[in-house]
Amino acid sequence: MTSMTTGRPPAAALPDERGRFGQFGGTYAPVTLLPAIEELREAYDAARRDPEFQAELERLLATYVGRPTALYYAESLSREIGGAQIYLKREDLAHTGAHKINNALGQGLLAKRMGKPRVIAETGAGQHGVATATVCAMLGLECVVYMGEVDIARQSLNVFRMKLLGAEVRPVGTGSRTLKDAMNEAIRDWVTNVETTYYLIGSVAGMHPYPLMVRDFQSVIGRETRRQILEQAGRLPNAVVACVGGGSNAMGIFHPFVDDPGVELHGAEAAGLGIESGKHAATLSAGRVGVLHGSRSYVLQDDDGQIIEAHSIAAGLDYPGVGPEHSYLKDTGRATYHPITDAEALEGFKLLCRTEGIIPALESAHAVALGARLAADRSPDDIIVINLSGRGDKDMHTLAEALGVAL
Amino acid sequence: METKTGSRIAATFARLREAGETGVCPYVTVGYPELDTVGRVGPALVAGGAAMIELGIPFSDPLADGATVQHSSHVALTNGVTVATCLEAARDLRHKGVDVPLIFMGYFNPLLSYGLERFAAACAEAGADGVIVPDLPPDESGDLREALQRHGLDLIFMLAPTSTDAQIAAVARQASGFVYCVSLTGVTGARDRLSQQLPGFISRVRQHTDLPLVVGFGISTPEHVAEAGKLAEAVAVGSAVIKRLGETPRERQPDEMEAFIRYLRGA
Repeated sequence: MTSMTTGRPPAAALPDERGRFGQFGGTYAPVTLLPAIEELREAYDAARRDPEFQAELERLLATYVGRPTALYYAESLSREIGGAQIYLKREDLAHTGAHKINNALGQGLLAKRMGKPRVIAETGAGQHGVATATVCAMLGLECVVYMGEVDIARQSLNVFRMKLLGAEVRPVGTGSRTLKDAMNEAIRDWVTNVETTYYLIGSVAGMHPYPLMVRDFQSVIGRETRRQILEQAGRLPNAVVACVGGGSNAMGIFHPFVDDPGVELHGAEAAGLGIESGKHAATLSAGRVGVLHGSRSYVLQDDDGQIIEAHSIAAGLDYPGVGPEHSYLKDTGRATYHPITDAEALEGFKLLCRTEGIIPALESAHAVALGARLAADRSPDDIIVINLSGRGDKDMHTLAEALGVAL
Repeated sequence: METKTGSRIAATFARLREAGETGVCPYVTVGYPELDTVGRVGPALVAGGAAMIELGIPFSDPLADGATVQHSSHVALTNGVTVATCLEAARDLRHKGVDVPLIFMGYFNPLLSYGLERFAAACAEAGADGVIVPDLPPDESGDLREALQRHGLDLIFMLAPTSTDAQIAAVARQASGFVYCVSLTGVTGARDRLSQQLPGFISRVRQHTDLPLVVGFGISTPEHVAEAGKLAEAVAVGSAVIKRLGETPRERQPDEMEAFIRYLRGA
């Protein structure tokens, strides 16, 4: 079945049975993991169709996470930009302060349903680690979080939060000591403890079924946004903007709009010190197709296929891979991905603080910067929704340093 | 006349069977600890009685490997090793008269980046016999398997104690050369004892295939070799070899490697 308007399969039809989005996705995993991956596929497939599981998830999303999060018309920001009307999807208002809780809750419930007593996770900015630790505390599961030493240093507040929530935070000192290496270590742990352990991946990356499952759990963002903008503005937006590291908040807000050809989808990638500097995390803008962490996607790699260390001021975007569905959206032209530098993100950060009294996460500040740029060239009849994926409390140390302030 | 690639593996297992011996297959990361190490110690491994040599192609993110092999990959990459260097290492060993099967072991991305067809052709030209890719399960392996087949090389598949009967059957349908049986659920690295799951696992694999079996992961002593040898035709020894190489001064490495293989074989 193909869509009348796009000639492509409707968004809900992908991935295929092998976890493919066109040439992207798949299951490139060590043999030890294959049975666990199959068990997970079956468990998720059953949970996805189980009304009781879905009802429990919805109940907790409403009463524990605090959904729906607000869709806020940013009047002051819109006036300052002088272009399109800007709306903010306020994932920063969700419990634990970021969209990560949507997925952590969904997968936590699944781990519980599968009878796995131990949950492991990897984290960059720490928001996924905090969300996982939170859900594990609530559901009574043991929790181990892998985090690169560089990220531990720049996200000390979140490390403290995870520990308070009863999680063990294991520092990772290999490679770039950031998200990529935390993911390697989490996979090694999973390979070793596969029979008792649930690996709760925090993005739409990794082997099938993770890109599908995380997208499903995060799509609540886009479904709400769709309903809210129809209520508030009486029509769909002209564009939806989100930041992309692994890409879970972006996939979450994009997905329910993919089959609406009138809604442009824009991703903000971390261009760090600039793509030409080589110190960036703009995988879709500057990467090549490869295989990392279990799936085929765009990857930052050198001429020999070795993974290049990524850089971003935002720990959560500091990843040389990207979810395979984003690679598919890029290649089919359905979504457009733009590099946003550290400096531009800082400007976006300050802009939102000043105009709206909202302190965004540095990750989200990339989306703010891109959204503001896109809005400036549009007429006031246009509507742009920016996904504000998280709040910036965790980034105070990094920001103070970047802005030359001694705390 | 040079032995045809592909048949070298079969000939080796036939010879082992005749001799009633357990093959010992050392794994060395190309370029560890130094760029020329494999070329210098390869002949010594054979002199010590190595049945095959696994040549590790280093990768920046070796997620099925433990600390020892991971470290060796990191050092090798720092030394500038590429897929091309690894192919050159195989060619070099053949020039030095090494006639045991040479098996490349490497993660998928560097091979994909090099080009699968180009890699398969280069493997054959360099005198390699087979390839093991730890992160390439049968379902994803079609392109590489076909490319290798076109050039007379085997794609060696791995199985683990956790593998289901359906997965074992799928590997049995596609496998050639031998099947690499991972002895435990975990990453590479020396262990004190072999897994108690091993006998049951091996007998499940035997029910599906007549191919020779090589047991790897966790093997580091003659006792392990003897024990695994009761179940399988050969063993792979990686981390224990890497560890010794890293600890031995350059000039003594060939002797140390020859002695270590003899020691493992109980010879």
